Amino acid sequence: MSALLELRGVRAAHERITVLHGVDLSVRAGRVTALLGPNGAGKTTALRVAAGVHPVESGRLLLGGRDVTGARPRDLARAGVCLIPEGRGVFPNLSVRDNLLMMTFTGRSRAEVEEIAFARFPVLARRASQTAGTLSGGEQQMLALARGLATDPAVLLLDELSMGLAPLVVGRLYEQVAEVARQGAAVLVVEQFASAVLGIADEATVLVRGRIERRGRPDDGLRADLSALYLGSSP
Amino acid sequence: MDQFLAFGVVGLSTAAIYAVIGSGLVLTYVTTGVFNFAHGAAGMLAAFAYWQLTAGWGWPVPVALAAVLLVLAPAFGLLVERVLLRPVQHLGEAERMVMMVALLSGLIAAARWIWDPNVARPLPAFFADRTPFRAGPVTVTWHQALTMAVAVAVAAGLWALLNRTRSGAAMRATVDDRALAGLTGADPVRANQVAWVLGTQLAAVGGILIAPAVALDAQQLSLLIVSAYTAAIFGRLRSLPLTFLGAVVVGCLESYLTGYLPQNPYLPGLRLAAPALLLFAALLLFPHRRLRGRDRRLARVPLPSRRGALVFAASVAAAGVVLATVLEGDDLVTFGPLFPLGMVALSYVPLTGYAGQISLCQLSMAGIGAVVWAHLGADGRPWALAVAVLVAAVAGALIALPALRLSGVYLALGTAAFAVVLDRWVFTLPSFDVLGVRIALFEQGSLEVSGPSLLGARLDGERETIVFSAVCLALASLGVAALRRGRFGRRLIALRDSEAAYATLGGRPLVARVAVFALGAGIAGLGGALYGMQLRTITADQFSLVAGLPVFLIAVIGGLGYVGNGLFSGTAFTGPNILLGPASWTQNLVAVLPALAGMGLGHSPDGLLARLRRDWEPVARDRIAMPVLALVLALAWLLRVADAVGGWALLAGVLAAALALREYAASRTRSAAEPEVPVEWWGVRRPWRAEDGEVLARGIAQG
Repeated sequence: MSALLELRGVRAAHERITVLHGVDLSVRAGRVTALLGPNGAGKTTALRVAAGVHPVESGRLLLGGRDVTGARPRDLARAGVCLIPEGRGVFPNLSVRDNLLMMTFTGRSRAEVEEIAFARFPVLARRASQTAGTLSGGEQQMLALARGLATDPAVLLLDELSMGLAPLVVGRLYEQVAEVARQGAAVLVVEQFASAVLGIADEATVLVRGRIERRGRPDDGLRADLSALYLGSSP
Repeated sequence: MDQFLAFGVVGLSTAAIYAVIGSGLVLTYVTTGVFNFAHGAAGMLAAFAYWQLTAGWGWPVPVALAAVLLVLAPAFGLLVERVLLRPVQHLGEAERMVMMVALLSGLIAAARWIWDPNVARPLPAFFADRTPFRAGPVTVTWHQALTMAVAVAVAAGLWALLNRTRSGAAMRATVDDRALAGLTGADPVRANQVAWVLGTQLAAVGGILIAPAVALDAQQLSLLIVSAYTAAIFGRLRSLPLTFLGAVVVGCLESYLTGYLPQNPYLPGLRLAAPALLLFAALLLFPHRRLRGRDRRLARVPLPSRRGALVFAASVAAAGVVLATVLEGDDLVTFGPLFPLGMVALSYVPLTGYAGQISLCQLSMAGIGAVVWAHLGADGRPWALAVAVLVAAVAGALIALPALRLSGVYLALGTAAFAVVLDRWVFTLPSFDVLGVRIALFEQGSLEVSGPSLLGARLDGERETIVFSAVCLALASLGVAALRRGRFGRRLIALRDSEAAYATLGGRPLVARVAVFALGAGIAGLGGALYGMQLRTITADQFSLVAGLPVFLIAVIGGLGYVGNGLFSGTAFTGPNILLGPASWTQNLVAVLPALAGMGLGHSPDGLLARLRRDWEPVARDRIAMPVLALVLALAWLLRVADAVGGWALLAGVLAAALALREYAASRTRSAAEPEVPVEWWGVRRPWRAEDGEVLARGIAQG
């Protein structure tokens, strides 16, 4: 199966500081790819490049084989790329229902979006008219993830889904992510909490200081490498 | 009873207009996050345009209405969004507010330029030829009925748009998180454009409806924003029903004050100032929060070196001497206010630059200083100057106390309301006694001001006052530099960066805020006293809110963290007076300039002083260029004093020499500097510099 989303030789910088030094990354349809690595490795920047939010210095971004380097986030979103950003990816001053309404720009109708979101996360139905900023952290993350589920994206990009959440909630959210991949989406997950995502990942890529250090199946060798990396000894 | 109801109808129809304008404010705030100070000014412009089309060019009313509401207002809204807001979109809430203040100031100046304020422009009410109808015991004109109907229609339409449509949700979502809105596939730019078009149309409707009831005056119509903001604050800038309730309270209050306020020389101003007082009260009473989100940008506050501050102060004093000896005749009057206004601008440096408190009433504080000096300093007693500073400082502390609950743009709004209360009421009061002390203000006219006497000499001429003001500004600049270097200055910056952290570290935010307000007001008060000495006669108008806006804008453009702001703002404010000629358009041009400069904020958000410093530092540090420049300046001055050359030729010559020396110094440093080294090699291929750490930290923090 060919890659649905591909980064080729991407270099990206914050101001004058280069964060990605020529990263090659591809995500295939129906697979969950985990992007792992220590703090400051450039994981989030790689995701932001993939969604068109962060500009590339050089290199290319391909979507379904088409060069979409430099496309606006809005156009990528309408072409099926869905980034759930780090931190709560919801509009805090809008009600839950209005947040769901904001998920209809990519084609699904309001009724469909609400049906899917409420079926997957029944708690959202009970909170429908509440302001999103007043939901609990887990509920906000469910609402954010609902966009990934309800808009039927071709590519789902997730950044630190587990941040600040109880492990039980994290497990339930990742079950939903695996379900999205089973329906045919290409899923790329950035996660500090590696064990949470390795359970559902089909492959894993390790990014260290802006370079791909290793890629492969999420087996014991990779886990050992990772713990060495996080604990500071040389990989 | 009938009279009561009749005033009620008048109040309700005014309230309807406030409701329309106030809901425009709410719309702009919830959909673009902009605190639109210029909303009333946009309505004012629409009213003038409507007058021009109907009364001026004789267009039929429906055509003129359509032209204003469907063509001109939307076009203006789009223009504002594109030209003013998009460049500052990535900056903070405060920067966007400064753009709106610039627009307010600019529109007033522009309207006065286009439509001569000395010509009366009556605008007929709608359906003026139809006889009013009776509703129960009261008579209602068709114009009043139309106004109320429009308000209800606007309310229903806006509510449905914001709460029932996807475009409404997208507009509100854009304020919450612009980037996330883009990620969902919405178009943030388009959402903003729609919001600005609608907001401007609402302002236009309000302006056209209210113009027949009040005089068509640029300033008065623009300041309707005070009443509209009061209404909007009732709705905490987000609830439309509460905004309507607020509008009813303000409208009826004004109407009943007109009807029932006893005849008394002290009270007419109270009616005019009532909306501002109510705004102040509403700001304090209604708990408000900012929209959630990180919308603040902290500018750098450079640390002046001791030597640099001394050299700067010496050059300010020298500049005063040069100006006093070089200028002649009318030019002394034209350029004299340089140092006093610079002093008022300098008061923004500790207050806004260091402590982050935005105040729009600094020129009003200057007015207090000027009044105190005019009364007590009539025979030149120097201690009266100290009293002027002290009284202004006490006034500053008095605003600070209630305003402690406010921060950011709300504080700006509160201080603007305070300035309006001073303009419309306090400064217009006749003299009165409190506890046996006679308190006199502007005596409902103008005041004569004399110069101080120092060491037995009376400084009464324009030249002496220029030198005196320059020396005062030099000393004040030194003081502010010392403040920045000292403990209190660092505390203020900590307070600005995080009030919570400041409090948890054991600081007392309350004390610090009151102190810095008092300090800022004291500096402004001194500036006002000097301004008065320079002008010789002062009126309340010279210290109004609208007169103070350009000073604020110039200071912001200079960069509020810089001690050099005093000299910069004074120069930038009086410098364009060079353009003044006998034609009246030159005065109008000069009046518009500060607003235009303010609108350029997006291009140098850290202020022009940062750039000036970067450009001129090589000269100041150069061992050849600096002495040569000093020599050129001294020589030019001697030539002028000896009357060997004319002023213009001299100015041109000195500028040319300075620019040439700058090029020379820049080329010398450039040849000495090593080529650009990539970041990862800093400290390896070239030595690690002191500022590198901060450059890296800021680069990473922005990621």
